[in-house]
Amino acid sequence: MSSADKNITSTHKIVQWLSERFPINEYIRQHFTHYYLPKNLNFWYFFGSLSLFIFFLQVLTGIWLTLFYIPTPEGAFNSIEIMMRDIPYGWLFRYLHSTGASAFFILIYIHIFRSFLYGSYKKPRELVWLLGVCLYIILLLEAFLGYLLPWGQASYWASQIGTSLFDSIPKFGPMLTLLIRGNNIVSGETLHRFFTFHVIAIPSILVFLTRLHLTALHKVGCNNPDGISVLAQPHNKMPVKVPFYPYYTIKELHALLIFLLIFSIIVFFVPEMHGYFLEANNFVPADPLLTPSHIEPVWYLAAFYGVLCVIPNKPLGILIMVGLLGMLFILPWLDRSPVRSIRYRGYYSRFALAAFILSFSLLSYINTTLLTPYKIFLVQILLLNYFLFFLLMPFYTKYEKNKPLPKSICGK
Amino acid sequence: MEEDRRHLLAIIIAILAGFGIAASSIPFLASLQPTAEALAQAQDSVEIDLTHLAPGGSMVVAWQNKPIWIVRRTQAMLDNLSNIHSLLRDPDSLTEQQPIYARNEYRSLNPEYLIVIGLCTHLGCSPQFKPLAGELNRKWPGGLYCPCHGSKFDLAGRVMKGVAAPVNLKIPPYRFINASTVVIGENPNLV
Repeated sequence: MSSADKNITSTHKIVQWLSERFPINEYIRQHFTHYYLPKNLNFWYFFGSLSLFIFFLQVLTGIWLTLFYIPTPEGAFNSIEIMMRDIPYGWLFRYLHSTGASAFFILIYIHIFRSFLYGSYKKPRELVWLLGVCLYIILLLEAFLGYLLPWGQASYWASQIGTSLFDSIPKFGPMLTLLIRGNNIVSGETLHRFFTFHVIAIPSILVFLTRLHLTALHKVGCNNPDGISVLAQPHNKMPVKVPFYPYYTIKELHALLIFLLIFSIIVFFVPEMHGYFLEANNFVPADPLLTPSHIEPVWYLAAFYGVLCVIPNKPLGILIMVGLLGMLFILPWLDRSPVRSIRYRGYYSRFALAAFILSFSLLSYINTTLLTPYKIFLVQILLLNYFLFFLLMPFYTKYEKNKPLPKSICGK
Repeated sequence: MEEDRRHLLAIIIAILAGFGIAASSIPFLASLQPTAEALAQAQDSVEIDLTHLAPGGSMVVAWQNKPIWIVRRTQAMLDNLSNIHSLLRDPDSLTEQQPIYARNEYRSLNPEYLIVIGLCTHLGCSPQFKPLAGELNRKWPGGLYCPCHGSKFDLAGRVMKGVAAPVNLKIPPYRFINASTVVIGENPNLV
């Protein structure tokens, strides 16, 4: 017996030993080698797994940042400066993490856009969608908590605004705000709380919810760009579904390489992205007595922050802000179209989706700039547009003229 | 019969377990309250010397870690306060955002000094002092401006119409020891 054969047998024995005690083969079969996906998935389908990758990268760099970060008002700002200057590769971990946060939201927004495009939220995938919306909201919360940690001016006042939101809840508001902050204003206690939730509590919830998101997806199966149900049987002797491993894993690895190339260019050359990913205000230590003269929210929170600026009524402004996210929860039941994919939908849906995407992008951009009276009016119109997309959906999806659906994803 | 009995028992156990879980959440939530130290800090008062504050000038001091704006108003500023009632939401300070002794046109003990907690009543940013008429826009009467969501207040801390902040800025308790020394955090001895 040669030594190569010997190695194979001993590896085989280890695998054998393991599989008798742990369902490793079943798991691989169920989620990789025998998890079948429609064969027509395109570019837009890479962003789920890319989001998962960036999540693991955030966890990894986050652990390394925690090694050097000091969660106190006296130590926080300096510990990050020391990280940036003295600790070997400290700057890399910090920029990977801060750029990673923005990259995470870009990937998530594209991932969500894909669902709008191909109707992936429609029956039977409503639960996959709802879990995804929960993940998105918890991710916003995670980003908000992490934003306080550098203890810069933008951090401090963003958290002061964010925690003040709870103050307007009738009756319990002031008590709740006090429990969140641990003091009358954002202070050392608040910093320690946000730190704990940012590094332990919320990431654990994210892992759990991601697992549920994937479990629900694997139960109902993946949608596809044609939005029609795909049968497992071959069509005209051509398979319509292919296993995740190796057909899509290899494609996703390719996508990952392209993503890493773009991501690395940003991390190494423009990590602050001219103030969009890391703001100038946040390179000034927090001062509880002085709000900076121009508050620029970080871009992924800007759409929500802007609502508070343009609605001249406190409770109404907060309700509308919550409503922006709330609309996502009822989306699957607003859409009355018999067709999932935009490819076969009528012109109303196409126009509505384009107007919606434009509104949300503009909201995210305009609110990072200084708001003038004209811009305030524009933001109000864009907000109206955002809500009309959802509230008119039951009508325009019901009465529009759709194109005929193909019989199979294999074409003609 | 047996099934009903089991069903009832299951409901009772579920309710009791629910109470148990709710009760065991109390220590976790109660521990989040502010510490005795943080609360004691909130009781402290600070003594401020106002001799260096020129008429028309302002200063920021910390009380309970909050920014306190002190503005020494000129006669012209004071005269203007009664002319701009049409711009204000609550010109007569009907909402309880001040101690009883500051519920007047000037929202202060001594009209010359405005002493106000510098945290916007909208979402808690610190407004900026813009005393000059026309400094912010053509109709600006002079006052405080919040950079976060654009709320506006006059030189008595009264909120203007059409902004996000719902009520006037809060006036802290304070008393004068003498003409140029104020203690913030203590009420005056009113007879």
